[in-house]
Amino acid sequence: MSDAPASTFTPAPMDSSKRTWLIASSCAGAAGAAALATPFVTSFAPSERAKAAGAAVEVDIASLKPGEKLTVEWRGKPVWIMRRTPEQMATLKGLDGQLADPNSERTAFPTPDYARNEARARQEHPELLVVVGICTHLGCSPVDKFQTGAQPSLPDDWKGGFFCPCHGSTFDLAGRVFKNKPAPDNLEVPPYAYLSDARLLIGEDKKQG
Amino acid sequence: MAEFKEISPNAPLGAKLHNWFDNRFPTLFAEYRKHMSEYYAPKNFNFWYFFGSLAMLVLAIQIVTGIFLVMHYKPDAAKAFESVEYIMRDVPGGWFIRYMHSTGASAFFVVVYLHMFRGLMYGSYRKPRELVWIFGCAIFLALMAEAFMGYLLPWGQMSYWGAQVIVNLFSAIPFIGPDLALLIRGDYVVGDATLNRFFSFHVIAVPLVLIGLVVAHLLALHDVGSNNPDGIEIKKGPKGNRWSPDAPADGIPFHPYYSVHDIVGVSVFLMAFFAVVFFAPEMGGYFLEYNNFIPADPLVTPAHIAPVWYFTPFYSMLRATTDLMVNVLCVIIALAVVLGFVKCRCATAFKIGAAVAGLVAIALLKTFDAKFWGVVVMGGAVIILFFLPWLDRSPARSIRYRPDWHKWVYAVFVIWFLILMVLGIMVPGPIFGTPSLAWLTNELVAMVGTLFYFGFFLLMPWWSQLGTPKPVPDRVTFKPH
Repeated sequence: MSDAPASTFTPAPMDSSKRTWLIASSCAGAAGAAALATPFVTSFAPSERAKAAGAAVEVDIASLKPGEKLTVEWRGKPVWIMRRTPEQMATLKGLDGQLADPNSERTAFPTPDYARNEARARQEHPELLVVVGICTHLGCSPVDKFQTGAQPSLPDDWKGGFFCPCHGSTFDLAGRVFKNKPAPDNLEVPPYAYLSDARLLIGEDKKQG
Repeated sequence: MAEFKEISPNAPLGAKLHNWFDNRFPTLFAEYRKHMSEYYAPKNFNFWYFFGSLAMLVLAIQIVTGIFLVMHYKPDAAKAFESVEYIMRDVPGGWFIRYMHSTGASAFFVVVYLHMFRGLMYGSYRKPRELVWIFGCAIFLALMAEAFMGYLLPWGQMSYWGAQVIVNLFSAIPFIGPDLALLIRGDYVVGDATLNRFFSFHVIAVPLVLIGLVVAHLLALHDVGSNNPDGIEIKKGPKGNRWSPDAPADGIPFHPYYSVHDIVGVSVFLMAFFAVVFFAPEMGGYFLEYNNFIPADPLVTPAHIAPVWYFTPFYSMLRATTDLMVNVLCVIIALAVVLGFVKCRCATAFKIGAAVAGLVAIALLKTFDAKFWGVVVMGGAVIILFFLPWLDRSPARSIRYRPDWHKWVYAVFVIWFLILMVLGIMVPGPIFGTPSLAWLTNELVAMVGTLFYFGFFLLMPWWSQLGTPKPVPDRVTFKPH
């Protein structure tokens, strides 16, 4: 290379039509590469099987006594069904000032219209709470803290609710998040409906409108 | 092409073999000389210089043990946990291979953190070594991805819920977040699809990237030459040593001098490494968390979840970013803008630009949830490392010749980093049980630590110029022994 006499090499004049074709074919190549990448990127999306797995779940709630909580799996997530006692229902009143979104107006996890009330429940059975037991912060499952009063990690005037062990968010017995906690939203209320007094359908709410 | 070299037919067999290869593959010998026998490293390396080669050793351990683990592991949500137990109980030597791999993960971070701290102390990232440092930071990032995805594979409770939390971090990004999290998981919750793709990334994609980056890190290092504890450029010093008249006088060939030297470091390291493998593979729940001995249950989160120790400083910063922290950041930005107006001797247009940028930043801080800013803070804590070569403006490269009080700044930085590490392992909420100290929460202390961490880097252009550096000698300090 370097031992070739420098004088014999004269650069050819720039051929602009050749350059145009080089640019055009490079662009075509880039478009082809993008087209080729598409199936690879889309393969990251949930598969048809994963999408189909979101079927509604039917639950028998006849044996659920006041104060008891039941967890069922819907779309791979825990759904809590809790029959709250009258005392527990009473704790929901007067908390508005301490809650981040007392009337469930935020839209990140939209609350169905029929649950946009203080109990966050359908009017047929206002004492029955149905929520997805996944913290709206980073997806941990909060734990039950039904015992009232002072205890570790909770305020001294605790009236019962749920506590997320991961980052300390607290929720009242209607799944409403308290202020100044990492979780921005109330616990999600899934679509649900009563097939009868003893049978609950989670995942669909069209049956009874 | 180089000329074909003839050799006497009476030459010894070794010389003939060497000649045969040298005529056909001269690159082999040229590269060996460039990177080993004629790579002149400063002669004053101290023990901090062990950690680079130790990181290579741990990488080799991880690759070899990983290859053997994949022979028995099943990346299937229904079988993964069981197959890990099978490796531990039924595969001959399986426990040993797995404990080497799990201890190797923690050892990798120990070694890499010390290696990075070495760079910080001696200014190894300063011109012309910026790219060496940047490749190193990219290695650190790839290593974090590798460790995170590997941690899902045993499919224990901590694997599952750790992945759930970290993948959900991405959903905090405005607009694209929820879709991005869905693409990462491949399902609406962490599940079989997630496990399979993390397995693919952990065993193929990220290791390939990691090896490529390690090669780039070393090639760039060998182009510019190693720094040393004095931060003196040996290439600028006198020339000529007993091996070559052109080599730096203060340089010695990497092989055999440092290759043999590193054997000492390797021996000590392996003693500690195998002590852990044999006697404390779980390391009291810090290397292998106890909750991970319970199979993943999507319906129940363990009472206390925390990442493995090497992620906890960054996890603490995430938890510290609450609404309070966002307000504090707004105040700090406002103060910086006001201070800039009063103090900065720069054009008015620049001041107005800075004020507008500050106001936009405050508006953005208040618009998006603190959850999103937590993710930004956590990511920023790693990304800020990339900018270190341009943040440090000290006239002296090495800590040895900086003003003495700089050592205290570094010490406080390290202490805060360790405090953040401990806080990240602990449960959120009050640190002490006493009611009078209930205000002193984990998040509050972590917030102070986070501000210090970022202050260390972001204020470095100012504090690193303060004080009088000590005179830097012409030659490296070296006592023959």
